[in-house]
Amino acid sequence: MARAVVTLPAQAKRGEIIEIKTLAAHPMETGFRRTQLGELIPRDIIRRFTCTYNGTEVCRVDLHPAMSANPLIAFTTVATESGTLSFQWVGDNGYTVTEIASIRVE
Amino acid sequence: MSLRTGVRSLAWAAASALLANAWAAEIPLGERRSGYDLMSRETRAMQDEDATNPGMLWVLDGETLWNRKSGAAGRACADCHGDARASMKGVAARYPAFDSSRARPVSLEQRINLCRTGRQKAAPLAYESKELLALTAYVARQSRGLPISILIDARSKPFLEAGREAFHRRQGQLNLACAQCHDDNWGKRLAGSVIPQAHPTGYPLYRLEWQGLGSLERRLRNCLTGIRAQVPDFGAAELVDLELFLMWRARGMKIETPAVRP
Repeated sequence: MARAVVTLPAQAKRGEIIEIKTLAAHPMETGFRRTQLGELIPRDIIRRFTCTYNGTEVCRVDLHPAMSANPLIAFTTVATESGTLSFQWVGDNGYTVTEIASIRVE
Repeated sequence: MSLRTGVRSLAWAAASALLANAWAAEIPLGERRSGYDLMSRETRAMQDEDATNPGMLWVLDGETLWNRKSGAAGRACADCHGDARASMKGVAARYPAFDSSRARPVSLEQRINLCRTGRQKAAPLAYESKELLALTAYVARQSRGLPISILIDARSKPFLEAGREAFHRRQGQLNLACAQCHDDNWGKRLAGSVIPQAHPTGYPLYRLEWQGLGSLERRLRNCLTGIRAQVPDFGAAELVDLELFLMWRARGMKIETPAVRP
Protein backbone atom coordinates (compact mmCIF):
# COMPACT_ATOMS: atom_id res chain seq x y z
CA MET A 1 0.00 0.00 0.00
CA ALA A 2 1.15 3.51 -0.72
CA ARG A 3 3.13 4.85 2.21
CA ALA A 4 4.64 7.92 0.57
CA VAL A 5 4.73 9.70 -2.76
CA VAL A 6 7.75 11.67 -3.90
CA THR A 7 7.74 13.96 -6.94
CA LEU A 8 10.79 15.61 -8.44
CA PRO A 9 12.05 16.33 -11.97
CA ALA A 10 13.69 13.32 -13.64
CA GLN A 11 16.42 15.50 -15.03
CA ALA A 12 17.81 18.97 -14.47
CA LYS A 13 20.62 21.28 -15.56
CA ARG A 14 23.65 21.55 -13.30
CA GLY A 15 23.14 24.37 -10.81
CA GLU A 16 19.39 24.50 -11.40
CA ILE A 17 17.07 24.88 -8.40
CA ILE A 18 14.67 21.96 -8.31
CA GLU A 19 11.48 21.58 -6.29
CA ILE A 20 10.78 18.32 -4.51
CA LYS A 21 7.35 17.44 -3.17
CA THR A 22 6.67 14.62 -0.75
CA LEU A 23 3.42 13.26 0.66
CA ALA A 24 3.41 10.67 3.44
CA ALA A 25 0.34 8.64 4.38
CA HIS A 26 0.06 9.09 8.12
CA PRO A 27 -2.81 9.88 10.55
CA MET A 28 -0.70 12.30 12.68
CA GLU A 29 -2.74 11.52 15.79
CA THR A 30 -2.01 14.37 18.20
CA GLY A 31 -2.18 12.55 21.52
CA PHE A 32 -4.55 15.19 22.86
CA ARG A 33 -7.81 13.70 21.60
CA ARG A 34 -10.04 11.38 23.56
CA THR A 35 -12.44 8.65 22.57
CA GLN A 36 -16.15 8.92 23.30
CA LEU A 37 -15.45 6.99 26.49
CA GLY A 38 -12.91 9.58 27.61
CA GLU A 39 -9.80 7.52 27.05
CA LEU A 40 -6.80 9.33 25.68
CA ILE A 41 -5.88 8.30 22.13
CA PRO A 42 -2.10 7.78 22.26
CA ARG A 43 0.07 10.05 20.20
CA ASP A 44 1.12 8.68 16.81
CA ILE A 45 2.98 11.18 14.67
CA ILE A 46 5.91 11.41 12.29
CA ARG A 47 8.76 12.98 14.26
CA ARG A 48 11.34 13.64 11.62
CA PHE A 49 11.74 13.84 7.86
CA THR A 50 15.14 13.85 6.19
CA CYS A 51 16.27 13.97 2.59
CA THR A 52 19.80 13.12 1.54
CA TYR A 53 21.21 13.80 -1.91
CA ASN A 54 24.05 11.40 -2.75
CA GLY A 55 24.62 10.99 0.98
CA THR A 56 24.54 14.69 1.85
CA GLU A 57 21.63 15.88 3.94
CA VAL A 58 19.76 18.62 2.06
CA CYS A 59 16.57 18.89 4.10
CA ARG A 60 15.53 17.98 7.62
CA VAL A 61 12.15 18.67 9.19
CA ASP A 62 10.94 18.13 12.76
CA LEU A 63 7.22 17.44 12.93
CA HIS A 64 4.95 18.16 15.87
CA PRO A 65 1.47 17.14 17.04
CA ALA A 66 -0.35 20.12 15.50
CA MET A 67 0.59 19.13 11.96
CA SER A 68 -2.08 17.74 9.70
CA ALA A 69 -2.54 14.15 8.62
CA ASN A 70 -0.76 13.03 5.44
CA PRO A 71 1.80 15.84 5.68
CA LEU A 72 2.95 17.43 2.44
CA ILE A 73 6.55 18.60 2.61
CA ALA A 74 7.86 20.59 -0.35
CA PHE A 75 11.35 22.04 -0.53
CA THR A 76 14.01 23.04 -3.03
CA THR A 77 17.62 22.07 -3.54
CA VAL A 78 20.29 22.71 -6.12
CA ALA A 79 20.87 20.00 -8.72
CA THR A 80 24.61 19.40 -8.36
CA GLU A 81 25.21 15.97 -9.85
CA SER A 82 23.39 12.89 -11.11
CA GLY A 83 22.54 10.40 -8.43
CA THR A 84 19.96 9.34 -5.92
CA LEU A 85 17.89 11.18 -3.37
CA SER A 86 16.84 9.23 -0.34
CA PHE A 87 13.83 10.28 1.72
CA GLN A 88 13.12 9.03 5.20
CA TRP A 89 10.21 9.58 7.55
CA VAL A 90 10.61 8.38 11.15
CA GLY A 91 7.88 8.48 13.76
CA ASP A 92 6.16 7.00 16.81
CA ASN A 93 5.48 3.27 17.17
CA GLY A 94 8.43 2.29 15.02
CA TYR A 95 7.14 4.05 11.93
CA THR A 96 9.87 4.24 9.29
CA VAL A 97 9.38 4.78 5.58
CA THR A 98 12.15 5.18 3.05
CA GLU A 99 11.80 6.22 -0.57
CA ILE A 100 14.53 6.48 -3.18
CA ALA A 101 14.41 8.61 -6.32
CA SER A 102 17.02 9.27 -8.94
CA ILE A 103 17.87 12.39 -10.88
CA ARG A 104 19.97 12.96 -13.98
CA VAL A 105 21.96 16.19 -14.04
CA GLU A 106 23.53 17.45 -17.26
CA MET B 1 -17.60 27.24 14.57
CA SER B 2 -19.38 27.01 17.90
CA LEU B 3 -22.63 25.10 17.97
CA ARG B 4 -24.48 28.24 18.93
CA THR B 5 -23.28 30.34 16.03
CA GLY B 6 -23.88 27.39 13.76
CA VAL B 7 -27.48 27.05 14.85
CA ARG B 8 -28.00 30.78 14.61
CA SER B 9 -26.64 30.97 11.08
CA LEU B 10 -28.70 27.98 10.04
CA ALA B 11 -31.76 29.71 11.48
CA TRP B 12 -30.86 32.83 9.53
CA ALA B 13 -30.47 30.84 6.38
CA ALA B 14 -33.89 29.36 6.99
CA ALA B 15 -35.45 32.74 7.64
CA SER B 16 -33.95 34.35 4.56
CA ALA B 17 -35.01 31.39 2.47
CA LEU B 18 -38.58 31.93 3.66
CA LEU B 19 -38.42 35.60 2.74
CA ALA B 20 -37.03 34.74 -0.66
CA ASN B 21 -40.29 32.96 -1.36
CA ALA B 22 -39.16 29.52 -0.46
CA TRP B 23 -39.69 27.23 -3.39
CA ALA B 24 -36.31 26.66 -4.70
CA ALA B 25 -35.84 27.70 -8.26
CA GLU B 26 -33.38 25.23 -9.68
CA ILE B 27 -30.01 26.71 -10.61
CA PRO B 28 -29.93 27.30 -14.40
CA LEU B 29 -27.52 24.88 -16.11
CA GLY B 30 -25.15 27.64 -17.19
CA GLU B 31 -24.84 29.08 -13.68
CA ARG B 32 -23.76 25.90 -11.99
CA ARG B 33 -20.39 26.06 -10.23
CA SER B 34 -18.31 23.31 -8.77
CA GLY B 35 -17.27 23.76 -5.15
CA TYR B 36 -13.79 24.03 -6.64
CA ASP B 37 -14.54 27.57 -7.83
CA LEU B 38 -15.32 28.68 -4.30
CA MET B 39 -12.06 27.41 -2.82
CA SER B 40 -8.93 29.37 -2.01
CA ARG B 41 -6.10 29.49 -4.54
CA GLU B 42 -3.96 27.28 -2.29
CA THR B 43 -6.57 24.55 -1.95
CA ARG B 44 -7.20 24.57 -5.70
CA ALA B 45 -3.47 24.19 -6.33
CA MET B 46 -3.42 21.25 -3.91
CA GLN B 47 -6.14 19.48 -5.88
CA ASP B 48 -4.71 20.28 -9.30
CA GLU B 49 -1.39 18.57 -8.91
CA ASP B 50 -1.06 14.85 -8.24
CA ALA B 51 2.16 15.53 -6.32
CA THR B 52 0.30 17.55 -3.68
CA ASN B 53 -3.16 15.98 -3.77
CA PRO B 54 -3.42 13.72 -0.71
CA GLY B 55 -6.31 11.85 -2.38
CA MET B 56 -3.68 10.28 -4.62
CA LEU B 57 -2.51 8.18 -1.65
CA TRP B 58 -5.88 6.41 -1.80
CA VAL B 59 -5.84 6.21 -5.59
CA LEU B 60 -2.47 4.44 -5.46
CA ASP B 61 -3.80 2.03 -2.83
CA GLY B 62 -6.81 1.44 -5.06
CA GLU B 63 -4.52 0.50 -7.94
CA THR B 64 -2.84 -2.11 -5.73
CA LEU B 65 -6.22 -3.51 -4.65
CA TRP B 66 -7.47 -3.56 -8.23
CA ASN B 67 -4.70 -6.01 -9.12
CA ARG B 68 -4.82 -8.08 -5.93
CA LYS B 69 -6.62 -11.42 -5.99
CA SER B 70 -9.34 -11.65 -3.40
CA GLY B 71 -12.12 -13.96 -2.17
CA ALA B 72 -12.91 -17.63 -2.71
CA ALA B 73 -12.92 -17.19 -6.49
CA GLY B 74 -9.29 -16.06 -6.30
CA ARG B 75 -9.78 -13.30 -8.82
CA ALA B 76 -8.73 -9.68 -8.91
CA CYS B 77 -10.78 -6.84 -10.40
CA ALA B 78 -8.16 -6.76 -13.16
CA ASP B 79 -8.82 -10.42 -14.09
CA CYS B 80 -12.25 -9.47 -15.48
CA HIS B 81 -11.93 -5.75 -16.16
CA GLY B 82 -8.33 -5.59 -17.32
CA ASP B 83 -6.61 -2.25 -17.25
CA ALA B 84 -8.81 0.16 -15.31
CA ARG B 85 -7.41 3.11 -17.22
CA ALA B 86 -9.31 1.85 -20.25
CA SER B 87 -12.15 -0.23 -18.83
CA MET B 88 -13.20 2.14 -16.03
CA LYS B 89 -12.98 5.33 -18.07
CA GLY B 90 -16.25 7.21 -17.71
CA VAL B 91 -17.81 4.63 -15.41
CA ALA B 92 -17.98 6.83 -12.31
CA ALA B 93 -19.64 9.55 -14.40
CA ARG B 94 -22.62 7.22 -14.89
CA TYR B 95 -23.16 6.24 -11.24
CA PRO B 96 -25.48 5.73 -9.37
CA ALA B 97 -26.72 3.47 -12.15
CA PHE B 98 -29.68 1.12 -12.38
CA ASP B 99 -28.95 -2.46 -11.40
CA SER B 100 -31.47 -5.01 -12.67
CA SER B 101 -30.70 -7.62 -9.99
CA ARG B 102 -31.56 -5.15 -7.25
CA ALA B 103 -34.25 -3.39 -9.30
CA ARG B 104 -32.95 0.00 -8.17
CA PRO B 105 -30.02 2.34 -8.70
CA VAL B 106 -26.81 1.41 -6.89
CA SER B 107 -23.93 3.66 -5.96
CA LEU B 108 -20.39 3.05 -7.17
CA GLU B 109 -19.47 1.70 -3.71
CA GLN B 110 -22.39 -0.73 -3.87
CA ARG B 111 -21.42 -1.75 -7.39
CA ILE B 112 -17.91 -2.61 -6.20
CA ASN B 113 -19.32 -4.65 -3.33
CA LEU B 114 -21.77 -6.43 -5.66
CA CYS B 115 -18.77 -7.44 -7.75
CA ARG B 116 -16.91 -8.58 -4.65
CA THR B 117 -19.72 -10.75 -3.32
CA GLY B 118 -20.98 -11.93 -6.71
CA ARG B 119 -17.84 -12.49 -8.77
CA GLN B 120 -14.95 -12.62 -6.32
CA LYS B 121 -16.94 -14.49 -3.65
CA ALA B 122 -15.39 -12.19 -1.08
CA ALA B 123 -16.84 -10.40 1.92
CA PRO B 124 -18.20 -6.95 1.09
CA LEU B 125 -15.97 -4.06 2.14
CA ALA B 126 -17.30 -1.87 4.95
CA TYR B 127 -18.53 1.61 4.00
CA GLU B 128 -15.84 4.26 4.54
CA SER B 129 -13.20 1.57 5.04
CA LYS B 130 -9.81 2.44 3.63
CA GLU B 131 -10.13 -0.36 1.04
CA LEU B 132 -13.56 0.62 -0.30
CA LEU B 133 -12.60 4.30 -0.48
CA ALA B 134 -9.36 3.41 -2.22
CA LEU B 135 -11.03 1.22 -4.85
CA THR B 136 -13.80 3.77 -5.43
CA ALA B 137 -11.27 6.59 -5.74
CA TYR B 138 -9.17 4.55 -8.17
CA VAL B 139 -12.17 3.73 -10.36
CA ALA B 140 -13.52 7.29 -10.23
CA ARG B 141 -10.08 8.75 -10.97
CA GLN B 142 -10.30 7.16 -14.43
CA SER B 143 -13.23 9.48 -15.22
CA ARG B 144 -11.42 12.67 -14.21
CA GLY B 145 -12.26 15.46 -16.62
CA LEU B 146 -15.19 13.60 -18.20
CA PRO B 147 -18.71 15.03 -17.99
CA ILE B 148 -21.21 13.49 -15.58
CA SER B 149 -23.70 11.58 -17.71
CA ILE B 150 -26.44 10.01 -15.65
CA LEU B 151 -28.83 7.93 -17.71
CA ILE B 152 -32.45 8.45 -16.68
CA ASP B 153 -34.98 6.09 -18.21
CA ALA B 154 -38.40 4.80 -17.23
CA ARG B 155 -36.86 2.41 -14.70
CA SER B 156 -34.72 4.96 -12.89
CA LYS B 157 -37.14 7.90 -13.12
CA PRO B 158 -39.06 7.09 -9.90
CA PHE B 159 -35.78 6.98 -7.95
CA LEU B 160 -34.68 10.31 -9.40
CA GLU B 161 -38.00 11.80 -8.36
CA ALA B 162 -37.62 10.34 -4.86
CA GLY B 163 -34.20 11.99 -4.66
CA ARG B 164 -35.58 15.29 -5.91
CA GLU B 165 -38.33 15.11 -3.32
CA ALA B 166 -35.77 14.44 -0.56
CA PHE B 167 -33.69 17.42 -1.73
CA HIS B 168 -36.69 19.74 -1.41
CA ARG B 169 -38.19 18.22 1.74
CA ARG B 170 -37.78 20.12 4.98
CA GLN B 171 -36.49 17.84 7.66
CA GLY B 172 -34.81 17.68 11.02
CA GLN B 173 -35.22 19.82 14.12
CA LEU B 174 -34.08 22.86 12.15
CA ASN B 175 -36.73 22.08 9.53
CA LEU B 176 -34.45 22.78 6.59
CA ALA B 177 -34.41 21.36 3.08
CA CYS B 178 -31.18 20.85 1.12
CA ALA B 179 -32.52 23.25 -1.52
CA GLN B 180 -32.87 26.12 0.94
CA CYS B 181 -29.12 26.35 1.31
CA HIS B 182 -27.82 24.88 -1.92
CA ASP B 183 -30.32 26.26 -4.49
CA ASP B 184 -31.46 29.48 -2.84
CA ASN B 185 -28.48 30.66 -0.83
CA TRP B 186 -25.35 29.30 -2.42
CA GLY B 187 -22.43 31.69 -2.44
CA LYS B 188 -23.51 33.22 0.88
CA ARG B 189 -21.90 32.20 4.13
CA LEU B 190 -22.97 29.79 6.79
CA ALA B 191 -20.85 30.97 9.70
CA GLY B 192 -17.38 31.21 8.15
CA SER B 193 -17.89 28.87 5.23
CA VAL B 194 -19.21 29.61 1.77
CA ILE B 195 -22.32 27.59 0.93
CA PRO B 196 -21.58 25.62 -2.26
CA GLN B 197 -24.13 24.52 -4.82
CA ALA B 198 -23.69 20.90 -3.72
CA HIS B 199 -22.58 19.31 -6.96
CA PRO B 200 -20.93 15.95 -6.19
CA THR B 201 -18.23 16.27 -8.84
CA GLY B 202 -15.20 15.04 -6.92
CA TYR B 203 -16.19 12.13 -4.70
CA PRO B 204 -14.66 10.34 -2.97
CA LEU B 205 -12.78 13.47 -1.97
CA TYR B 206 -10.17 14.60 0.49
CA ARG B 207 -11.68 17.00 2.95
CA LEU B 208 -9.18 18.97 4.98
CA GLU B 209 -11.67 19.04 7.85
CA TRP B 210 -11.79 15.23 7.82
CA GLN B 211 -8.05 14.87 7.41
CA GLY B 212 -8.87 12.05 5.06
CA LEU B 213 -10.86 10.74 2.14
CA GLY B 214 -14.63 10.36 2.43
CA SER B 215 -17.59 9.39 0.30
CA LEU B 216 -20.56 11.45 -0.84
CA GLU B 217 -22.72 9.55 1.63
CA ARG B 218 -20.46 10.62 4.47
CA ARG B 219 -20.92 14.22 3.35
CA LEU B 220 -24.70 13.84 3.08
CA ARG B 221 -24.81 12.34 6.57
CA ASN B 222 -22.79 15.33 7.84
CA CYS B 223 -25.32 17.76 6.41
CA LEU B 224 -28.24 15.76 7.81
CA THR B 225 -26.62 15.79 11.25
CA GLY B 226 -26.17 19.56 10.86
CA ILE B 227 -29.88 20.13 10.38
CA ARG B 228 -30.52 17.56 13.14
CA ALA B 229 -32.43 15.19 10.96
CA GLN B 230 -32.48 11.42 11.30
CA VAL B 231 -29.44 10.08 9.53
CA PRO B 232 -29.92 7.02 7.31
CA ASP B 233 -27.31 4.24 7.38
CA PHE B 234 -24.61 4.09 4.75
CA GLY B 235 -26.00 2.54 1.59
CA ALA B 236 -29.62 3.28 2.56
CA ALA B 237 -32.03 3.68 -0.36
CA GLU B 238 -32.81 7.31 0.62
CA LEU B 239 -29.15 8.25 0.38
CA VAL B 240 -28.61 6.56 -2.98
CA ASP B 241 -31.75 8.24 -4.40
CA LEU B 242 -30.46 11.61 -3.21
CA GLU B 243 -27.06 10.79 -4.68
CA LEU B 244 -28.74 9.97 -8.02
CA PHE B 245 -30.61 13.27 -8.00
CA LEU B 246 -27.48 15.25 -7.13
CA MET B 247 -25.46 13.59 -9.91
CA TRP B 248 -28.28 14.25 -12.37
CA ARG B 249 -28.42 17.85 -11.16
CA ALA B 250 -24.67 18.10 -11.92
CA ARG B 251 -25.03 16.46 -15.36
CA GLY B 252 -22.45 17.69 -17.83
CA MET B 253 -20.11 18.97 -15.11
CA LYS B 254 -16.65 17.44 -15.03
CA ILE B 255 -15.53 14.73 -12.63
CA GLU B 256 -12.69 15.95 -10.37
CA THR B 257 -11.97 12.80 -8.34
CA PRO B 258 -10.03 12.84 -6.09
CA ALA B 259 -11.06 16.40 -5.28
CA VAL B 260 -9.82 18.39 -2.31
CA ARG B 261 -12.27 20.47 -0.29
CA PRO B 262 -11.87 22.62 2.83
